[in-house]
Amino acid sequence: MIAYIGRRLSILFLILFGSSFLVYNLVAYSGDPTEGLRGNTDPKAIQALRSLIRNLQLDVPPPARYFLWLKKVVLNFDFGTTREGLSVASDLRTAIPTTIRLILMSTIIAIVIGIAFGIISALRQYTRFDYAMTFIAFVLFSLPVFWVAVLLKQFLAVSFNNFLANGQIAIWWIVVASIVSGIFWATIISGSRKRVWQVFGIAAAGSAISLELLSATHWFKHPTLGPVAVGVIGVGIAYGVTYLSVGLQNKQALKSSLAMVVASLVLYFPTQWVLNKEAGIFPTLGLLIFTIALAVVSGLFFSKIDRGPIVRTTVITSFLIGLVIIIDKLMKVWVPYINTDAINGRPIPTISENNSLLPAGNFWFSALDTVLHLTLPTLALSMISFAGYVRYSRGTLLEVLNQDYIRTARAKGLTERTVVMRHAFRNTLIPLTTIVVVDFAAIIGGAIITESVFGWRGMGTLFNQAIRGQDLNLFMGVFLVTATLTVLANLVADLLYSALDPRVRVVAG
Amino acid sequence: MKLPFTKAKKNVDADYASVDIANKEVEGLSQSQIVRRRFFRHRGAMISLFTLGALILFVFSALNNKIGPFGYHGWWHYGIDDQPELISKGCPQYVTGCPTFHWRPGFLGGKNFGFGDHPFGQDDIGRDYFALTMRGAQRSLTVVFIVGLVAGFIGTVVGAISGFYRGWIDAVLMRFTDFIITIPVIVLGSVIGFHFGNLGVSVLAVMLGLFLWTGLSRLVRGEFLKLRELDFVDAARVAGASNRRIIFKHVLPNAVGVIIVSVTLLMSGAILTETALSYLGFGVVAPDVSLGLLISQYQDSFTTRPWLFWWPGLLIVTIALCINFIGDGLRDAFDPRQRRRLSRKDKSSTVTGVKAGH
Repeated sequence: MIAYIGRRLSILFLILFGSSFLVYNLVAYSGDPTEGLRGNTDPKAIQALRSLIRNLQLDVPPPARYFLWLKKVVLNFDFGTTREGLSVASDLRTAIPTTIRLILMSTIIAIVIGIAFGIISALRQYTRFDYAMTFIAFVLFSLPVFWVAVLLKQFLAVSFNNFLANGQIAIWWIVVASIVSGIFWATIISGSRKRVWQVFGIAAAGSAISLELLSATHWFKHPTLGPVAVGVIGVGIAYGVTYLSVGLQNKQALKSSLAMVVASLVLYFPTQWVLNKEAGIFPTLGLLIFTIALAVVSGLFFSKIDRGPIVRTTVITSFLIGLVIIIDKLMKVWVPYINTDAINGRPIPTISENNSLLPAGNFWFSALDTVLHLTLPTLALSMISFAGYVRYSRGTLLEVLNQDYIRTARAKGLTERTVVMRHAFRNTLIPLTTIVVVDFAAIIGGAIITESVFGWRGMGTLFNQAIRGQDLNLFMGVFLVTATLTVLANLVADLLYSALDPRVRVVAG
Repeated sequence: MKLPFTKAKKNVDADYASVDIANKEVEGLSQSQIVRRRFFRHRGAMISLFTLGALILFVFSALNNKIGPFGYHGWWHYGIDDQPELISKGCPQYVTGCPTFHWRPGFLGGKNFGFGDHPFGQDDIGRDYFALTMRGAQRSLTVVFIVGLVAGFIGTVVGAISGFYRGWIDAVLMRFTDFIITIPVIVLGSVIGFHFGNLGVSVLAVMLGLFLWTGLSRLVRGEFLKLRELDFVDAARVAGASNRRIIFKHVLPNAVGVIIVSVTLLMSGAILTETALSYLGFGVVAPDVSLGLLISQYQDSFTTRPWLFWWPGLLIVTIALCINFIGDGLRDAFDPRQRRRLSRKDKSSTVTGVKAGH
């Protein structure tokens, strides 16, 4: 395995070397960084030209200059300086986390939601839901990301902020939202005509009542969950995850998951105390890890045979409950956050990656700030790759469901849940790993565009600056990061592929 | 409650019957006839094909155009260089150049249906926005087709050669495509666009095409690798066919489905790439017009003059959506496993027929 990874890595280095050589020469030959200065007889300009040539070693022909650059990068990890004499590495250091945050968030959201909808679409093949999903996917596929981003900025951000000013949902909005939710659930949970109408009625009435309640209690102005809501949501998560993961007839898994819900409620106030006292990224992560460890113990405690799936179910449940508690915590700082002068009651931002006017030193403020700034760009980016995942996971699942082993599984009398989740779904994940890589490369490009729409100071900005200023060192720095990310994604997919699919032999040598 | 996993019972008889019908339907037809039939039956693809065709005619006939020594006059009364007076009559306060397009019937207090002088409004200096969008759409469509041709040709040739000859040629070509695939399209496109954007849209499109073929070439290579091992290729070789004949007469026709489908998808990607590049300022540059450029120029005036933003975007979406649907229809048509979904009428008539026959 190590030999395999080593071999793959060496190939990746070769590819990185080749493509960076290609790009270096392409950029170097296609533009002249001294263009604006040449032919100028002003002594200052001549001086500037000379120093530029000296600093950037422009007297060396590009193919040779590439190796000079490479030597510095490989030996000293030195990416050189920009035209202005700033260090490229320090520019990159501030830009990379911003961009990676955006890329990771949108990839994860797109994968989770896309695969979920793709699977429902496949299970409901040739129903209205399937057709609607196909059409939506095609529309999203054809949307230019910059156009969507501007639309989101104008509609979602501005109108949501306006809505927050009074926090009341207009009655016709509630009507429309309930009808949409009714149609949504009725198409997913299909059945006889009577059943469809029942589902429609229950879903629509449920949404209408809950929206009206939230609106009447000014929940949107003062969003909060509190221990009761966390408990209710936790029980919901426990049942949902158990149903999908091992089936509700597995009482041990259900008990273990519910025990975790009880534990999180018992520990709710101590947790809040820790989160307030030790506000920071590491204590929060530590609590999450503690929760997961507790889940493993609980899973082992409640299970007698076949422990793996039960532990897994409990861990997933408690991880999700942990996320709910974090969201609850973020909601607690919501009111003080939007009342600060820097926010002034308009929390959904349309520009920049964080609010520099915010009082520093408050971890939960800046966490909420980062999350809110991520909202729109992430939405724009994930909407577009969502379409790809829906189409692809639908196609793959349909293909898998036609295999003989699915027929065998059904013939054995396994429940439909086991057939779909254990036999079919896992096998769809295998080809899906390849699409993740392709999409990842696309999403980097999308991130560059999205960042420029939202005015983020990330890789996109550096990239723009590099091309406009003919700044080769800066350009290569940005390129190296994006190319490395793409290549690494490729490697991860390959490894996942061989881990998921035992038929793929890891051949060393 | 009926949960998502419960599944309707399948009618096994109907399953067999559908295979039967599918076989009966294609009896005595050539492969291309079958494909054509399947494609014409794909409703989304046919609607899109019609829409796209109409749109191309509409867009290219609207303005005066000059292609080399030949030129023709468009039917629209403004060109992109005309600067009629900015009209503020009938516009909201502080807004000039709003669209004159109106559709509300008279009994609802409107002026009935009509286009007026500037159906899409006017830009800052009074140029007719309809003319500008039409020119932008012409540019985008030109890019789409040139990229499709160039990238389709290179991708096919490279993929075919490396798949058919294998060995070191394959290794060299595929490493080269690996190099290019690592570079995000937008990065590569920006570098190209920044330097070739001012040379006109055709040059930009050709340059983009020179780099966008890599994905296609991999697919074609895979298809060739698979096809060259099949018996009919051996048979042809035994019969004394040359490599060239085998490639063009035996393998290529069998790979044509993969090629056509992925070229279509490449084309829908090309319009999004071109507009994104123009939006970033690395594609088509002013004074020329592109849909992406129009959006980037007027995104800030969205709140006051949204029409300057809507029309170019809607045109991009329409074109990309049509191409995507056509691609989907082609994929279904070329897919040998594809069976038509039977209508209720088909089923009831043949299920009884099959049962009676047995």
